[in-house]
Amino acid sequence: MNNRIATAGNNGEKDRSDCFVSLELTPFGGIQIDLSSKVKALYGQTILSLCSDVLQFFGIENAILKVEDKGALPFVMTARIEAAVKQLIDTDKEFLPEMLPENLSSSTRDQRRISRLYLPGNTPALMLNAGIHAPNGIILDLEDAVGVSKKPEARFIVRNALRSINFMGAERMVRINQIPTGLDDLDYLIPHHVNLILVPKCESARQIQQVNQRISTIQEKAGLNNPVWLMPIIESAMGVMKALEIAQAAENVVAMVIGLEDYTADIGTQRTAEGTESFFARGQLVNACKAAGIQAIDSVFSDTSDMDALKENVLRSKALGFDGMGCIHPRQIKVIHDNFAPDEKEIENARKIVQAFIEASEKGIGVVSLGNKMIDAPVVKRALRTIEMAVSMGKLDANWAENIKK
Amino acid sequence: MKKYDKLIINSIGRMVPTEVNGKPQIPFQGVGKHIPEGRKYAPEISSCSNFPSDGNKLVGSLKEALLKAGLKDGMTISTHHHFRNGDVISNQIFDIAAELGIKNLVWFPSASFECNACLIKYLENGTIHHIEGSMNGSLGSFTSEGKMAGMGVLRSHGGRYQAVQDGEVHIDIAVIAAPTADFFGNANGVDGPAACGSLGFALVDSEYADQVIVVTDHLVAFPCIPWQIQGNHVDLVVQVDQVGIPEKIVSGTTEITKSPDRLFLAELTARFCEVTGIIKDGFSFQSGAGGISLAVAEYFREIMIKRGIKARFARGGSNKYLVSMLEEGLVEYILDGQTFDLDGVRSMRENPNHVWTSPFTSYNYHGKGNFASLVDVVILGATEIDTNFNANVVTHSDGVLLHGIGGWQNCLFSKTVILTVPLFRDRIPVIRDEVTTICGPGELIDVVVTERGIAINPLRKDLIELTKNSGLPIVSITELKDLAEKICGKPALPAFTKEPVAVVKWVDGTILDTIWQLQE
Repeated sequence: MNNRIATAGNNGEKDRSDCFVSLELTPFGGIQIDLSSKVKALYGQTILSLCSDVLQFFGIENAILKVEDKGALPFVMTARIEAAVKQLIDTDKEFLPEMLPENLSSSTRDQRRISRLYLPGNTPALMLNAGIHAPNGIILDLEDAVGVSKKPEARFIVRNALRSINFMGAERMVRINQIPTGLDDLDYLIPHHVNLILVPKCESARQIQQVNQRISTIQEKAGLNNPVWLMPIIESAMGVMKALEIAQAAENVVAMVIGLEDYTADIGTQRTAEGTESFFARGQLVNACKAAGIQAIDSVFSDTSDMDALKENVLRSKALGFDGMGCIHPRQIKVIHDNFAPDEKEIENARKIVQAFIEASEKGIGVVSLGNKMIDAPVVKRALRTIEMAVSMGKLDANWAENIKK
Repeated sequence: MKKYDKLIINSIGRMVPTEVNGKPQIPFQGVGKHIPEGRKYAPEISSCSNFPSDGNKLVGSLKEALLKAGLKDGMTISTHHHFRNGDVISNQIFDIAAELGIKNLVWFPSASFECNACLIKYLENGTIHHIEGSMNGSLGSFTSEGKMAGMGVLRSHGGRYQAVQDGEVHIDIAVIAAPTADFFGNANGVDGPAACGSLGFALVDSEYADQVIVVTDHLVAFPCIPWQIQGNHVDLVVQVDQVGIPEKIVSGTTEITKSPDRLFLAELTARFCEVTGIIKDGFSFQSGAGGISLAVAEYFREIMIKRGIKARFARGGSNKYLVSMLEEGLVEYILDGQTFDLDGVRSMRENPNHVWTSPFTSYNYHGKGNFASLVDVVILGATEIDTNFNANVVTHSDGVLLHGIGGWQNCLFSKTVILTVPLFRDRIPVIRDEVTTICGPGELIDVVVTERGIAINPLRKDLIELTKNSGLPIVSITELKDLAEKICGKPALPAFTKEPVAVVKWVDGTILDTIWQLQE
């Protein structure tokens, strides 16, 4: 038996909806739980019995468990205790919270990924209400947003969050650690219906294949076959050069992201607002994505207070051909949505083209023309996409075609 | 003096005492049901021949003033919270009383703050018998633990005026700390090193107290203009070094929240007001001092600019955000009951459209009408709301008394009352089966906005109709409660003894609910 004290969780001045646990296995004396909690009057008994349940589940009969609670929800508390237990005993057992039925849903290859909100994987307080801000996706981050010493315990929080938090329709994504460490993260994610995995600092198709092999193994064992999409993040000169190879590495790669902080460091320069230094990388990434028929996603914009600069950045990004952008603050979501959405001029153009296309099809004419200009098939296709997007983002009435006829 | 006697159930189903601190009480009868008759309480007749004809009422010190005012055992002493956490005079009064060995005083503040926590020692040693006014923070916990000799009495700002006019509270000595005054006792809050804006909370005390002492650190030659407090009501004037700590007058809740979740709530609230047409040309609004309320005003501003709408007036709590709306012409008048920051003070001093008001004009039950019911929409907070829309602002779900009522109850008479609250705070559900303490009857609460849905009181069929197909997330209050419990778990009820420690008065002076002693 290991008699050191294992700890997990956060109890800093500003931490909320979290707890800090320390666990010591003892030779005798039974289970001793020392609870301090800001919600003790309301949940004291519930918390004590939950703590006993977890220890019993792991077959622990003698221990001192100290819990300093700042209003942690049950799935957070059990994740913290489990993280402590697993530092002391070797077990494959997992104390899983109930899976919300809504979290069994799958996402689709082409679904919209304009905004994806990054959430640090070891900070449950920020996850609880993330869904209300309605990003297209939420990213529970196990990589850069989690300190090295906290990485093991973050896996339990992220696993439990995937099961317990209703993200209100946002695609459930996780950024794993760099391959090969990140492969082990998958054990905590794949059985719990994660929709998409972000693979950071990706530099080769081989890494994508490694991820997929691990996913297949886990799914086979768990008897699952739901789709798990991949979104490699390109963050180095090598990654940029291999962009097409990575984009085409597997069927389930649905988008690729450029990560400019690391990229600019790698090429030995500074990131600027204008982004001249990353022009090649961004162009290359967009081009590789479009060649492979997947979505191109731009880097996050790190100044969370400057919404005007964000807007500029989004418009530049859209002009380069990107389909979306990461967010590190919920207030960025609306700006990103509003400015990636087609503007009035685009909608008007698309509407004319689609109308011409409908009329041509009705008349059985194979060639679409607008005025005396011939419209090529890809242009029609893009116009249809613009219209569809405008409708779904509330910028165009769904019955626009009929309304015009009237 | 009996702390309380004969508990009965009032019309909203709460057990309340019929006698408090030796005085008979009327249980809550329903909103607008209690109509007392007779004449208002009147102060003693005073004659100007008893006062110096040169107008100079200055005395050497606060102690001398209190002695001249006849300070003795059992008196009721009133003070005001214009300086919020920068109040120093209230504490000095009781230091002096303790030094003189005086016992069993009743403190009747318009509100208390954490800076008054040092008075606990005087509650313990018998200098102060009990508090009638808000018991915030440490004073609240002290009361909840059953340590106060008498019963606490919680009143709204309007209820405080009513209680004095009814003669329910007889103020022996009122001490008005004023940022500027002259030797005659004319005083205002807009000038001087401790400028705090309106002195409206002290108005009733100046009119009805037996003895009125004005304390200032900025004595000007007669006349002190403007005179928010008229010297004709004042007995004694004291000059001191410092009347309030300026940097603590601006309290912490006067900055807009930075929390994205709370900003979301504020934006949703503003959208509700936009969709339902509450925000229209010539409308009026009031929002409190909390971070969410301030953010609501900012979103109002965006909507008003976008739609070219101007408000006729806004009720304050004024602050820099409201002031900038006034200065941009989005709001024509601020009717200000309490000034929350120095921009508010400056505006009140310089802008004739920024008008100082008092609980008499805004909230008083014994006025011939008051402004509260003329306001189109008010956005407030709450610690808890139940499925009957009853709401609590004084206790927390663990049963501890922590806040005063402020103007919250009075604002419930606005045409549309919106409570904007998170569905849960950490793990504590805000929407409950039953609130720990009722401070506002559900029939007056129209809308509850949470980040996960908006519940409209079934009594407001018009609002339900207006929000159909609006895209707003309208749900029932029960759905909100169920969702909160699904996320947090069902909370246990706090454990109380059978001892009441404080009562919550309704705006008409009847007893709405009781606060019970916490079980150890």
